[in-house]
Formats: sequence, C-alpha cells, structure tokens
Amino acid sequence: MAYPFAHPREVRIVSKHFGDAGARPVDGWVERGGYRAARKALPEMTRDQVIATVEASGLRGRGGAGFPTGLKWKFMPKDDGKPHYLVVNADESEPGTFKDREILRWTPHQLLEGAIIGAYAIRAEHIYIYIRGEFVDVIPVLRRAVVEAYERGFLGEDVLGTGLRIECTIHVGAGAYIAGEETGMLSSLEGRRAEPRMKPPFPAQAGLFGMPTTVNNVESLAAVPHILVNGADWYRQWGTEQSPGTKLFSCCGHLRRPGNYEVAMDFNLKDLVFDLCGGPRPGRRLRAVIPGGSSVPVLTADEIDCPVSYEGLVQAGSMVGSGGLIAMDDSACLVRAVRRMVEFYAHESCGQCTQCREGTAWAARILRRIEEGEGRDSDIPLLLDISENMAGKTICVLSDSAAAPIVSSIQKFEDEYWAHIRRRSCTAVS
Amino acid sequence: MRDWHPAVAAAEPSQKAERDPAAPLFGGVYRERFERILGRYPTKRAALLPVLHLAQEVRGWLAPETMTRVAELLDLTPAQVRAVASFYTMFNLKPVGSYLVQVCTNIACDLCGAGKVLERFLSETGTEPGAISADGRYTVVETECLGACGFATAVLINDRFYESVTPENVPALLAELP
Ligand SMILES: Cc1cc2nc3c(=O)[nH]c(=O)nc-3n(C[C@H](O)[C@H](O)[C@H](O)COP(=O)(O)O)c2cc1C
Ligand code: SF4
Ligand code: FES
Repeated sequence: MAYPFAHPREVRIVSKHFGDAGARPVDGWVERGGYRAARKALPEMTRDQVIATVEASGLRGRGGAGFPTGLKWKFMPKDDGKPHYLVVNADESEPGTFKDREILRWTPHQLLEGAIIGAYAIRAEHIYIYIRGEFVDVIPVLRRAVVEAYERGFLGEDVLGTGLRIECTIHVGAGAYIAGEETGMLSSLEGRRAEPRMKPPFPAQAGLFGMPTTVNNVESLAAVPHILVNGADWYRQWGTEQSPGTKLFSCCGHLRRPGNYEVAMDFNLKDLVFDLCGGPRPGRRLRAVIPGGSSVPVLTADEIDCPVSYEGLVQAGSMVGSGGLIAMDDSACLVRAVRRMVEFYAHESCGQCTQCREGTAWAARILRRIEEGEGRDSDIPLLLDISENMAGKTICVLSDSAAAPIVSSIQKFEDEYWAHIRRRSCTAVS
Repeated sequence: MRDWHPAVAAAEPSQKAERDPAAPLFGGVYRERFERILGRYPTKRAALLPVLHLAQEVRGWLAPETMTRVAELLDLTPAQVRAVASFYTMFNLKPVGSYLVQVCTNIACDLCGAGKVLERFLSETGTEPGAISADGRYTVVETECLGACGFATAVLINDRFYESVTPENVPALLAELP
C-alpha cells in the first residue's frame, strides 16, 4: 500500500491500513479482522485480565507523557458505585504531529474498538471522544463510524450481547492547544475554559464531572486491540524492555518523503530520517531534528545516531514526546524556528501561571528581536534565565515545553544566535 | 437526510458559507440537535462548547445577543459564556467573510514556505489578515498547526481541509469554492 510513502523497514500495526479507504466502513474493518479483540475481550476476559494483558505488553501512552497504559487503567477504582468516564484525547495539536488524524481518518473503527475495550476495562459507562474542531474532514468520518458501531451493537445498551452499556459521544473542540493537556481537556469538556488543574487529585480519583476518569491518546487506544488479539509477548517482540512495541512517527519539515512511519521502538533515528524519509531535499544538508514534537529538545544532525526508544532519546538529549519529527536542513534559521515555536506557546498559554504567561510572551519578543538583527549580547543569558524560571514551576508542563526549544537551541546552535546579534546575519544557507 | 444519532449530534464542522445571522436559536433540525446534545451530558454547562458551535453553524459568528441567548438556553450568565467563547480561537467574536481561510504558519509549514501561501491568499482576495474582503466573501487568517504537518502547507477553508497547498494552487482553490 503506497500510503503516501511506505517502507519495508516499517512494522505497520496501527498504520497497516493507512491509505486503504476500504478499511473505513465497519464491514471493511470487520473483513480486515476488526472487532475480533472486542469480541474476545468483552465476553471472554475479565476486566482484570484485559488490564493485565495491556500492562504486560508494556504499552506506554502515545500522547506525549509515555505513562504505561495498563497501569493508568489499574488506578481506576473498582467498587465505588460512581459513573466512570473514558476520554479519548483526539485533540492532536502539538506542532509537528499528525498521526492521530491519520488513524482517525483511515481507521476510525480501530480507535473505537480500542476505546470500547478501554471503557470495559475501567468500567466506563460513557466514552467522550474529544476531537479537534479543525479536523473538519475527519469529523464526518468518525461520525459515520460511531453511528455504525451503535448499529452493530458495539456501542449502546447491550454491547456485544453482554448486557453492558457503553455510550459514546463525539465532542468537538474549539481551538485551544491547552485542551490537549488532560486536565485542561476535562475543564473544556465541562464547558469551561480549558484550564489545566492541579494534581492531585488525579483524574482517576476525581476527573470529569468529579468522577473517576481516564484520558487516553488515540494512538495508545488504537494499539490495544492488536495487543489483545495477539498477546503481550507478541507486542514485546519489538522495541526494548522499557519501550516495547511500535510507534508512529509523523515526519515533517525538510524531508524528501515526509509522512507517517511506524517503526519498532528500538529503530535508529538516523535511519528513520535518512532511509525511510529519504533525508533532506537534494543538494541540502541536514541541520537539526526535533524528534517528538515542538515540546522536546532539538538535536543536531550529529546527535541522531540513537534508538527512538523512550530511554534512547533521553540519552541522546531529547524525548519521544508525541512522535512528531521535524527535520531542518541548512536552509533553516534556528532562531526563526525557535521563535515560531515559542510564539505558539505564548499564544496557547492559558494564562493561569505567571511564569508561563509572562515568560512565553517575553521570550517570544526577545527571539523576534534577535531574529530581526536587533538582539543584544545580554539576550542569550536573559533567555536562559527566563527559561529556567519557566520550567518545573507551573500547573502543567506547557511552560517547560516552551523552554525546551529555547535552551536546547542555545546549547547547540549558539553560533546562530551570535550571527544574528553580532553580525545581523544568519548561518542558514539560502 | 443525515443521521443525527444523539452520539454524533454535535459532530459537524461549524464554519459554513451559508448562514443566517437572524435565525432563531434553535429551530427545526437545529432544535432537535440541541436537545440531543443536551442529553449527552450530566450537566447543562458541559454542552456549552457544542452549543456554541451549533450557534455559529447557524449564524456564522457569535454576536453578543447570540451568546446571551446561549446563556439563557443553558442557565448560565452571558459573562460566563463570553469568558468561555473568547478562550477558544474557533469561535468568531466578530463577523467573518463567507469563507474563512485559515493558513497554518506553524513550524513545519513555515519551514516549507507557508508564508508565501499566506501572502498569495491575501493578494488574491485583496484583504488584510483578519479583515473581510470588499465583496464579503473572504477572511484570511494565520492559524496554528493544523495537524497535517507532513503535507505542508495545510489550509482550512470553512469545512474543507486542504493539504500540500502551494502559492501556485491558491487561485484555482479559491475559484472552485461555490
Ligand atoms: C500542553 C499539553 C498539550 C497536550 N496535547 C495533547 C494532545 O494534543 N493529544 C494527546 O493525546 N495528548 C496531549 N497531551 C498529553 C495529555 O496530557 C495526556 O498525557 C495524554 O492524553 C494521555 O494519554 P496517553 O497516556 O494515552 O498518552 C498534552 C499535554 C500537554 C502538557
Ligand atoms: S503552565 Fe501555562 S498553560 Fe499550563 S496551566 Fe500554567 S499558564 Fe496554563
Ligand atoms: S505545522 Fe502546519 S499543519 Fe502542523
């Protein structure tokens, strides 16, 4: 399947049917093996068995934080008599990330099946799918799939004849990156500004409408049916002890073959960039790679000979994050790139924490003046100082995310900053 | 006729070229959808985002009277509704042209030349960012990452999503709008 680019070195589990429009309708999905996991899990497995299998697989949350999915499910109370909720995080808006949108638009039932199994495991009576409002082409696809799932009895009053009731509602977001943060999402779902909340209490204790809630990313849930059908050991044949399985990397920026690639989690980052994505465009040299969305530290072209595992990327000085890989070749100005990302965070800060609200706006202003050749020698220490104040002291980590590209780019591309400040020029090659 | 199953009663893009700033909130099929949306949440307030979307789908933007009406419908104060509506970029607090053109200029699209795409939209429509063109047809704005970074430049025009837009595509793309 030549979705738009595929590569033999990929391990396509979640992305197997990308580019295959036949997988979208429920019949097509069932023909391709869909809903086998739900049929197995709901009548045949206990909730604890489902959770134990997912926990044994080592699946980690693909939304950015990498928290083990099985463990998160285990935190949900068992006999509290309260309504429980599963919130599907389909608000994908981390710059550089475009994987969940692809899962939803090609294989909406893959997500639904994972969500139904998740809802069963955590005793949720209602699944809210919080989808980005800007996904105007995907919303109708998901709408059709949800209606089909109700018609086939995968959702509703009597799921798969088990007597269990699971409702599902599509909730359309309205343009706020911070609604993707899990507690911001809960605020937003309750009809408020998407302001993140202090933890504890964690959502599993007091989440949506004050009830026990789990928030899971689309890609995390999409992996669940495969794990249940094939087993935890099967999933563990890929990746490492701490990073089992496969992960989608959505690769963009200066690449010959941008797109989504699903690889084992011990795959080499350099191979991903050069072999799968084809490296930089003809005549260009790779300059920098951000492996996991705009919130993670930037790596130089010399630093990418490492595995894409959680631990491998940390050791290399960055993070897996959302898997949104942004490549920059020698035509990219790092100051401009960082300024663009920091402006984004300044725009998206919810404003509750002073360090974040003021810090992001101030840093963006300084970066802009440096870019425009109006920077001062003192601006580099100032940026580092602001960044230090922004990290680790706020309600959510948006503030830290904004600091990551600033600090890492100064560490690794300081010459770029000095070229702008001292010589009103730029090291980018036009 | 579309199936407005209660589960999906809110699942509709809210920016449409056809709109009626004086339409009732809510009449006909919209009334039905409103009722169905309310039935999906344990609190009325939780329906605020979907109901604001619905109001915008009907009227094109959220005028102060519109927000006051939504407040009445959901037992909120107009100030509460305004505070929420103003937090989210997709809610238009002022009128926009029949076609709202949103060009992603975030990092990946910026690296691939989104600035030129934006310029071309502005010059073809003869507008400034955020303004309404003289014929009332267009409003062009920059937007944050649209989640299609590998297919730069990503552009949203009302309820249509475009990928891999280049400055050269712009005239044809505008011409094919009804
Ligand atoms: C500022 C911010 C934005 C986030 N945006 C998203 C997002 O768009 N999608 C997502 O799945 N997770 C996002 N997250 C992560 C969520 O908070 C949460 O960890 C995730 O949805 C949990 O699902 P998972 O365990 O399956 O990864 C964001 C986090 C932060 C701090
Ligand atoms: S860190 Fe920023 S985005 Fe997060 S809660 Fe504080 S102000 Fe809001
Ligand atoms: S940066 Fe343009 S769609 Fe993501």
